[in-house]
Amino acid sequence: MPATEINIRQLSLQYQNAPEPVFSDLNLQLPAGEWTCLLGSSGCGKTSLLRRLAGLIEPQHHCSGEITDQHGLPLEGQIAYMAQQDLLLPWLKVRDNVCLQARLSKGKPSVEDYARADQLLAQLGLADSSHLLPDALSGGMRQRVALARTLMQDTPVVLMDEPFSALDAVTRHRLQALAFKALEGRTVLLITHDPQEALRLGQHVWLFQQRQLKAASTPNSPVPRAVDAELGDYQQRLLTALKAADEQFSVESACQESACQKSAYEGERQ
Amino acid sequence: MNKPITHTAQPVAAIPDKQNSSGRRQVLFRLTVTSLVILGVWQAIVVIFSMPPFILPSPLLVFDKLISNPELLWDHSLITLTEIVLGLLLGLFMGIGLALQMLLFNPVRRWLLPVLIASQAIPVFALAPILMLWFGYGMASKVIMAALIIFFPVTTTCFDGLRHTPTGYLDLATTMHANRWRQLWHIRLPAALPTLASGIRVAVVVAPIGAVVGEWVGSAGGLGYLMLQANARMQIADMFAALFILALFSILLYYSTDQLLKKAIPWYREKPNNT
Repeated sequence: MPATEINIRQLSLQYQNAPEPVFSDLNLQLPAGEWTCLLGSSGCGKTSLLRRLAGLIEPQHHCSGEITDQHGLPLEGQIAYMAQQDLLLPWLKVRDNVCLQARLSKGKPSVEDYARADQLLAQLGLADSSHLLPDALSGGMRQRVALARTLMQDTPVVLMDEPFSALDAVTRHRLQALAFKALEGRTVLLITHDPQEALRLGQHVWLFQQRQLKAASTPNSPVPRAVDAELGDYQQRLLTALKAADEQFSVESACQESACQKSAYEGERQ
Repeated sequence: MNKPITHTAQPVAAIPDKQNSSGRRQVLFRLTVTSLVILGVWQAIVVIFSMPPFILPSPLLVFDKLISNPELLWDHSLITLTEIVLGLLLGLFMGIGLALQMLLFNPVRRWLLPVLIASQAIPVFALAPILMLWFGYGMASKVIMAALIIFFPVTTTCFDGLRHTPTGYLDLATTMHANRWRQLWHIRLPAALPTLASGIRVAVVVAPIGAVVGEWVGSAGGLGYLMLQANARMQIADMFAALFILALFSILLYYSTDQLLKKAIPWYREKPNNT
């Protein structure tokens, strides 16, 4: 499977009835076969960006811009999506959840689909759980099944929306390394609010602030990086940048709001 | 690459069968104790207040009626049971069918949902004489009565379940390029089953009411007919015997449906504190 580069040009999104766009004129390039992490505080619009890339924005909202691969072609059919929740269907056994795409596209998975699902589950250490319902699995196991389902889709691009955020620290650390190994060679965009996660996994890290993207520097060590003093230093710098941006944004928003109120008041007086 | 990458926690143990059978025994035990207490209080009232049998027959007298003429009771019970089951099937078919149409076709929803809600303002019992006129005194009018009485709860619960599918599931299906029919069959319908199951549980309890009311208005057989005849002849013990069978049908229908639904929806379990 050849790796796919993603080119995002002049991307804008404004929800219907919202006074302002979530983001406008965003430009970003995701290098082929590498991990790019998008870091931002809650509510900054990073999930909206991911949903826009995944084609999940409903048609009544205003979208514009281009999302293409290195040949200038749209990414349709090349994207797999891994959300914050594992989204395992509770009525399907683990094996059938992994084969979900086959079920949704062909009606029923083939023998080959099941064989590949078994192979993937074995790789992820879930061979013994393939006939269980998701209810019988722990949080970490469920996310591994979700990862197997993503791998089963066999797409060159994987979009991940904070898939490890609900896990405890040890399981999260283990799953990060596991996902990195399993998704080798694919172009991955990981959305996160955790600077450590972004620095650990991202070959490229971007800060999403004030509806704009800003590149952040990363350590020179290979990914997945060890959590050491150097990474801690970078993490501190990222946190400071995020905090400063948030404070500036709050001040600007307050100024804008008071300016609006003032002009409305003057309008009323006139 | 084919080697397992990691191993973490072992699977959480599935709910053992032992626990299920112990739960069933507990339900049976509670039912027996409740029934015995009710029968005891009933017998005590009859003895203490010296109630005449044409006002309140004793449980022993009712039991005697139950065993003295089993063929007659069985024949009439079979008629009522058939009406209830057919009414349930027809009501489920109509209710699920309308809910699906309202989900899939916006004009159907816009036009029929207000009509469906307004239809509840008309008591189904008031419709019984009209149904007799249209469908005759046979089984058809009672089946339709039972179907009509369950139609609303089945339709609304099914429609609610279908339109409240978790959006994450639908998003996932969209990224997997599933068409709307596959989304309906593989995602929306299974996700709606727990909500629909609540509607079906209500339906099996109220369907007998529809059938019996139909029999009261006009019929030549069934437990409702038997009760009317017994009432006219002041044979109150026979009435109670018919009532007892009707209550037994409701309880049996409820618990068997509940078990069937639990088997059909194994992923949806009540929390232990709520059982």
